[in-house]
Amino acid sequence: MSVVQMSVAVEQTQTNQKQQPNLWSRLARPALGLLVPLALACGWELAVRAGLSNGRLVPPPSRIYVEFAELARSGELLRHVIATLLRVAVGFGLGTAVGTVLGAIAGYSSLLRRLLDPSLQGLRAVPSIAWIPLFILWLGIFETSKVALIAVGVFFPIYLGVMGAVLSVDRKIVEVGRAFRLTGFAMVRRILLPAVLPAYVIALRSGLGLGWMFVIAAEFMGASEGLGYLLIDGQQLGKPAEIVAAILAFAVLGKITDWIVAVIAVPFLRWEDRFSAHAGEG
Amino acid sequence: MLALERVGKTYPNGVHALLRAISGLDTPSQGRVLLDGEPVMAPHEKIGVIFQEPRLLPWLSVAGNVGFGLEDRPKTERHARVAEALARVGLSEKAGGWPRELSGGQAQRVAIARALVPRPQVLLLDEPFSALDAFTRVDLQDHLLDLWTDLRPTLILVTHDVDEAIVLADRIMVMRPRPGRIFEEIEADLPRPRDRQSAAFDHVKRRVLAALDRSLARPVRVDDSETKTSAGAALWW
Repeated sequence: MSVVQMSVAVEQTQTNQKQQPNLWSRLARPALGLLVPLALACGWELAVRAGLSNGRLVPPPSRIYVEFAELARSGELLRHVIATLLRVAVGFGLGTAVGTVLGAIAGYSSLLRRLLDPSLQGLRAVPSIAWIPLFILWLGIFETSKVALIAVGVFFPIYLGVMGAVLSVDRKIVEVGRAFRLTGFAMVRRILLPAVLPAYVIALRSGLGLGWMFVIAAEFMGASEGLGYLLIDGQQLGKPAEIVAAILAFAVLGKITDWIVAVIAVPFLRWEDRFSAHAGEG
Repeated sequence: MLALERVGKTYPNGVHALLRAISGLDTPSQGRVLLDGEPVMAPHEKIGVIFQEPRLLPWLSVAGNVGFGLEDRPKTERHARVAEALARVGLSEKAGGWPRELSGGQAQRVAIARALVPRPQVLLLDEPFSALDAFTRVDLQDHLLDLWTDLRPTLILVTHDVDEAIVLADRIMVMRPRPGRIFEEIEADLPRPRDRQSAAFDHVKRRVLAALDRSLARPVRVDDSETKTSAGAALWW
C-alpha cells in the first residue's frame, strides 16, 4: 500500500461525501419550504371536517380545489388567465421599453438626466393607483387604460434600475474600453451592456412584480374578464373559494413569469461572482 | 519612436498624469505626445496600457479577455493568437475559465497578455505589480521581460519599487513631486538577464536612491560619490 494509493482513496471518499448532501439538498431542501403551508392546509381541512368550523368564509383546501377544478374544467379559468396575462404582457412590454430607453438616456447623459430625472422622480412620488381616474377619462374604461396603468407601474422600477446601473458602471472598466479605442455603439455593446445586465435583470423582475400588482388594480376598475374580475365576482356573490382560487392563480402565474425571466437571464449572468452561488453549496 | 513635448497637466500625481497623457486617455493641458511624428490625441492602436489592477472584464472568459483587442480580426487568427498568448503566460488551462477564478498574479498575467496580443509598439505600465506579493511580483517581472523579447515594444513603466525599475528598465527617470517634473535620468545598461544580487545591480540602486533623496531635497543618505568617477565605476563593474 503506497502513499499515492492512500491519497487516492481519501479523495474518493471526499467526493462521495460531497455528492450525498448535493442530492439531499436538491430534493429535500425545496420540500422544506412546503412544510408550513401544507401543515396549515391539512390542519384547517381537519378542523372543518371535524366540525370545529363551517368553513363558509374560510373555505378548506378541498372546497378550493373543487372550485378551482370546476373553473378549469369549464374553461372559465383559462379565459380569465389569458385576459390577465395579455394585459400584463402588453403593459410590461410597454413599461419596459420606455423605462429602459429613458433610464439608459438619463444614465448616459448628465444633461438629459438633469432635464428628465426631476420630473420623473416627481411623478414617481404619485401613487400609481391615483392615475386611474385620469386614465379612464383619457383612455376609456377598456383595455387601453388598464394597460397604461400597468405600464406606469412597470416603468418606474425599470427606469430607476437602468439609470442606477448605467451610472454605477465602474469607471475603470470603461477606461479599459477606451484604451482599446471603443466608442459609441461598440462601447455600449461590449462594455456598458454587459456591465448593467445583472442590475437590469433585477429591475425587470421587480418591474414584473409591480406589473402583477397593478393588473389587479386595473381589473378592479371594471373588467368583464380577468383574474381581478374573478376576485370582485367572488366577493359580490359571496364565494370565498372563488376568490382564493383566483389568488392561487395569481401566485402561480406570478411565480412562473418571474421564474421565466430569471431562467432566461441565467446564461447571460454565469460570470457573476455571486455570494449565493457559493453559499448555496455549503 | 515616442516623443514628449513639454507635456503638462495638473494632476495630483505627476507621473500618473504623464502616463495617462501618453496613453491618450487624458489630453494634456499643454504640450503634445508624438508617436512616429503623429500627435496622440486619443487611445492609439500602437499604444497598450496595463493598469495597476488587472481590470479584466468579468463577463468574458479568460480567453475572451485576452482577445478583447482583436475583435476586428478573423476568428481563426484571433483564436490562434489568444491561445499563443495564454500559453506564453502559462495559463492555457484557464482559457475557458472566468476571471473571478484567477488569483491576483494570474489575473495580472492575463492583463499583460491582453495588452500584448494586439502587438503594440509602446506598452505603458502603471505600477502593474504593486498590488502583488513579493514572490509573484518577481515572477511577473521575469514574465514581462520574457514576453517583451518577442516584439520588443517600448515599455514605459511607472513604479515605486527601485529594484523593479532596475530589473526592467534601461533608462530610469526619477520624478520630483509638486510640481511633477523629471528630475534626473539614470542609465541602467546592465546585461540581461539581470542578477538582482550582483554588485553592478547594487551600484545602480545606490545611484537611484541617491537621486530620489536629492529629488525630495533631503540630505543624501546613500553615498554614491565614490562611484561617480569612471575609476570608481570600473571598480564596481
